[in-house]
Amino acid sequence: MKPPAFDYAAPGSLDEALALLAAKRDGAKLLAGGQSFVPALNFRLARPELIIDLNRVPGLAGIRRDGDGGLLIGAMTRARAIERSEVVARSNPLLHSAIPWIAHVPIRNRGTIGGSLAHADPAAELPAIALACDAILVATGILGKRDIAARDFFLGVFTTALRAGEILTEIRFPAWPPNRRHGFAEFARRHGDFAIVGVAATIDVAADGAVGDARIVVFGAGDTPRRAREAEAALAGSHPDTGALQRAAALAANHVDPPSDHHASAEYRRELAGTLTRRVLEQALAPRARAA
Amino acid sequence: MSASTSPGAPWIGRPLRRAEDARFLDGSARYVGDLKRPGMLHGVVLRSDHAHARVRSIDARTALALPGVVAVYTFEDIRRLARPIPLRLGPCPGLERFLQLPLAEGKVRYVGEPLAFLVAEGRYVAEDALELVQVEYEALDPVVDVHAARADRSLLHEALGTNVGSHYTVEKGDVSAAFAGADYTRRETFRCHRQTAAPMETRGLLAEFDAAGRRLRLWGATKVPFYNRRWLAGALDLPEAGVELIEVDVGGSFGVRGELYPEDFLVPFAAMRLGRPVKWIEDRREHFVATNHSREIECELEIACTLDGEIIGLRGRLLADMGAYVRTNGGLVPAKAAQFLPGPYRIPNVGCEVFALLTNKTPVGTYRGPGFYESSFFRERLFDLATADLRLDPAEFRRRNLVTAGEMPYGIENLCPFDADAAYDSGDFVLAFERALAEFDYARVKTLNGTLQDGRLQGVGLGCFVESGGAGPAETARLKVAAGGRIELYTGCSTMGQGHETAMAQIGADSLGLPVEAFSVFHGSTTLVEQGYGTYNSRAMAMGGSAVKLAAENLIAQLLAHVARMHEIEPAALEYSRGAIVRREDHRTLATLAGIAAAAQAGDGQARAAIECSGTFNQTRRTYSYGTNIAHVAVDPETARVEVLRFLAVDDVGRAINPLLVHGQMLGAAVQGIGGTFLDELIYDEQGQLLTGSFADYLLPTATEFPNVEVISLEAVPSTLNPLGVRGAGEGGIIATGAALANAVAHALAPLGVKITELPLSPNKLAQKMREARAAAE
Ligand SMILES: Cc1cc2nc3c(=O)[nH]c(=O)nc-3n(C[C@H](O)[C@H](O)[C@H](O)COP(=O)(O)OP(=O)(O)OC[C@H]3O[C@@H](n4cnc5c(N)ncnc54)[C@H](O)[C@@H]3O)c2cc1C
Repeated sequence: MKPPAFDYAAPGSLDEALALLAAKRDGAKLLAGGQSFVPALNFRLARPELIIDLNRVPGLAGIRRDGDGGLLIGAMTRARAIERSEVVARSNPLLHSAIPWIAHVPIRNRGTIGGSLAHADPAAELPAIALACDAILVATGILGKRDIAARDFFLGVFTTALRAGEILTEIRFPAWPPNRRHGFAEFARRHGDFAIVGVAATIDVAADGAVGDARIVVFGAGDTPRRAREAEAALAGSHPDTGALQRAAALAANHVDPPSDHHASAEYRRELAGTLTRRVLEQALAPRARAA
Repeated sequence: MSASTSPGAPWIGRPLRRAEDARFLDGSARYVGDLKRPGMLHGVVLRSDHAHARVRSIDARTALALPGVVAVYTFEDIRRLARPIPLRLGPCPGLERFLQLPLAEGKVRYVGEPLAFLVAEGRYVAEDALELVQVEYEALDPVVDVHAARADRSLLHEALGTNVGSHYTVEKGDVSAAFAGADYTRRETFRCHRQTAAPMETRGLLAEFDAAGRRLRLWGATKVPFYNRRWLAGALDLPEAGVELIEVDVGGSFGVRGELYPEDFLVPFAAMRLGRPVKWIEDRREHFVATNHSREIECELEIACTLDGEIIGLRGRLLADMGAYVRTNGGLVPAKAAQFLPGPYRIPNVGCEVFALLTNKTPVGTYRGPGFYESSFFRERLFDLATADLRLDPAEFRRRNLVTAGEMPYGIENLCPFDADAAYDSGDFVLAFERALAEFDYARVKTLNGTLQDGRLQGVGLGCFVESGGAGPAETARLKVAAGGRIELYTGCSTMGQGHETAMAQIGADSLGLPVEAFSVFHGSTTLVEQGYGTYNSRAMAMGGSAVKLAAENLIAQLLAHVARMHEIEPAALEYSRGAIVRREDHRTLATLAGIAAAAQAGDGQARAAIECSGTFNQTRRTYSYGTNIAHVAVDPETARVEVLRFLAVDDVGRAINPLLVHGQMLGAAVQGIGGTFLDELIYDEQGQLLTGSFADYLLPTATEFPNVEVISLEAVPSTLNPLGVRGAGEGGIIATGAALANAVAHALAPLGVKITELPLSPNKLAQKMREARAAAE
């Protein structure tokens, strides 16, 4: 479990990092928190010629609010910083509530939001949250920046829309409407493990109590996190009772096409998708659900 | 000749903190991975990627050409010396045919089997080179379960014509008659899954050979260093005295560490060939395929009893998955599982047919509570299925059948092909059982069985066990009076983190009437005592501790004789008291330990002879610890998540030398067993590839999983088999965990029509059971 030989660079600026990346193209790998990448390196599953360490690049970490009440999070921001941020707690309670489900404190101390999104593990929490919140992921290359919507970003297992030569630099979360409620649940074998299945939801509730926009994202049950659109549609405009939540949960369960592996069969994952969807919706619609 | 008490006495029974903790906590402990020798090389093992294949060729030319690579050894290089890894224990008939050579000869039989040993200047370059070795395989049909093994269609060891390593039957009473005449019988098939101990520190070795002196030193030994030295000396063609096995700090064993493995031959072999020290540290990925697995047994078990719950017979058939070869522990695991199927119960007629079967998986060995964990699960689960049929209370049923104190000693006859007749020498099984029920408020809690509370199904389960420990045949300790009257205590036991340095000092302190601070405890080299055995089978206190006590008695007698000679009086006129030798009549101090040590130091030959003494404790009979576990669980019927609301383990250790250490052993064992029941699982696919080869997939309990574990160690009935009265304390906590938890989950899910007959209790499997039960109900 020792890595093969590699070159290492610790650029002091984003431009320098981009130049190194452009020069090496596929032979280079970015190092963020290293919590996913370094194990892969030691198992020799990753064999980069050059490792470009982003940890000394200034300006990539930080949490700010933008003018529209949205949230701007630098790609190198540690999960732990997001977890402890008052700003995040106030302006995106779903993100705030999901972070403690990621691994353990020592891993969250190192792991970054950009690393998690770029890594695109289908069972990871942050990609699901990005999708549920319609986050915009900002990719920077030598030619400039481009915005990628979360729904266009996750293409498959460990596969994203980032192009060779691009660095994920920032994540923008749109403003959280005051009438938005949320729920989050996941099932893992142990505390801190990657989810077997997880569900994140937001529900915008109108003044009369009717469901407006609903977002239900199931993760761990397919190649990428996915919105359960039929379930969302079934809820929209309704005053859901228990039966309606059950039906929405069943739609979400039917919608997923989960893999089977030694931790969980496809049937089991499908059942969990249904159960967790119902629970997450109940959480979101519970009388004292937390609003922004 | 009595040792009167020192101010701190008695030391035995005090919950002293471990003397060794300081170095573990401040980082100054030294593990084999920390050691460096001048000119040291690093070895890595080339392991088979195939579960079953003929090896057409191994081409290491490109690897050898890589700068920094020193040597690559394959079977051809060791052919002259190579002898199979010996079968140290558990010689079930026939197993001796299936031993493993240190490197594969022409054929590989499990993923991870060593094919070559590569030595280089550093670990990184060694791993680079490993990738350059070309192995040409011809794949064969893998045998991945016991049924395929029994069918003998694909053979692991063709020349032997069978995959059945051993097949034997044991019986006591008249089993067929008991079953023929029984009011009630019930048969079920149970399965226990493959697990491994996963100590925090993986294995590792460092060998250094002094060619001129023909002296080999091997660091990284533990468990059974003396046995290993003897074998290694033979295998490497060295005199036994020229081989020193050295134990440094060890991060856990639980049975799997310290046995002879292929690497124990390969590392010193390479050091001797190359004339330079060679170090090999097993990495975690290797550990999962290279270090012994355990526990995988299928058991068809049948009970016969009267309608009011008196057991009259138990008969079973065990199919044990041995992996691809038989290693040092032989058939110990299935043999103990069969022998202890009746456990702590009075069962007049018992029979068991045992098959030890070879499969294309990592070989098995002993893991904490070997065979006992498995058979307790089989038996206790069957009991609860039977009591449900008969509408009897599970506790009442057990109470009725437990062997009582009045029946002790209770002969268990000979249900094992390589052991003599055995007996439970003493004990009060019922007392431990009743204590557990009372502590748990069992009568009240059990009314929750099968009820839904806050959406979760509740279940309470029991498991009783007995466990043999304290294996002989002997252990030795040596005591030496050092400057200032301090005592050096040398033991033949090894230690893997149990705290023996502290506990041995406590025994020494009471035996010599001195404070524990006066002792320095040494273990960890085959040069310290003449003949030691090591640490396994919860034996360190029963055997090693008793040896300390005998050594102290011998030392006192020797010192009295010495002082008597000096003063020309009868030894009977003297007595030993707290480090001094005094005249009985006037209590005048004639000599002190410090004084005699000083005389020895100054060249007094007689004093030198007097200050050092050994003691050997011989005992071939095992001690038995016993107890009861109770689990209360809540199962989420939608997600199949099981929460352990409360887990209690009560056992009798006879006497606790250090209650804090016993508590730690019990608690650790219980959590390890609970984790083993829910989480740990070595899963192979149909090609014999291990799917759970890292800690991301092989799940161990972390600090947060099972917070509600309580243990109570009783000192109810001292063992009659050693002067300290101790029973084993290292394994008792793990043995009935699977049994109690499976019963608890089974009671919780009974209303759904779910039957539990398999471990682990993983959510995936429980969910499947519930799905099947729902489908059947529709
Ligand atoms: C024991 C353990 C448990 C874990 N459990 C969970 C869990 O429950 N849930 C979960 O979500 N995660 C879990 N993780 C993963 C952890 O959250 C990782 O930190 C995270 O997925 C990756 O972030 P990182 O900063 O460590 O990225 P790295 O490991 O440094 O990088 C990961 C990948 O992303 C690329 N990358 C990194 N940053 C950028 C960037 N800015 N632009 C483009 N590409 C980039 C890298 O090149 C690499 O390919 C666990 C990790 C461990 C070790």
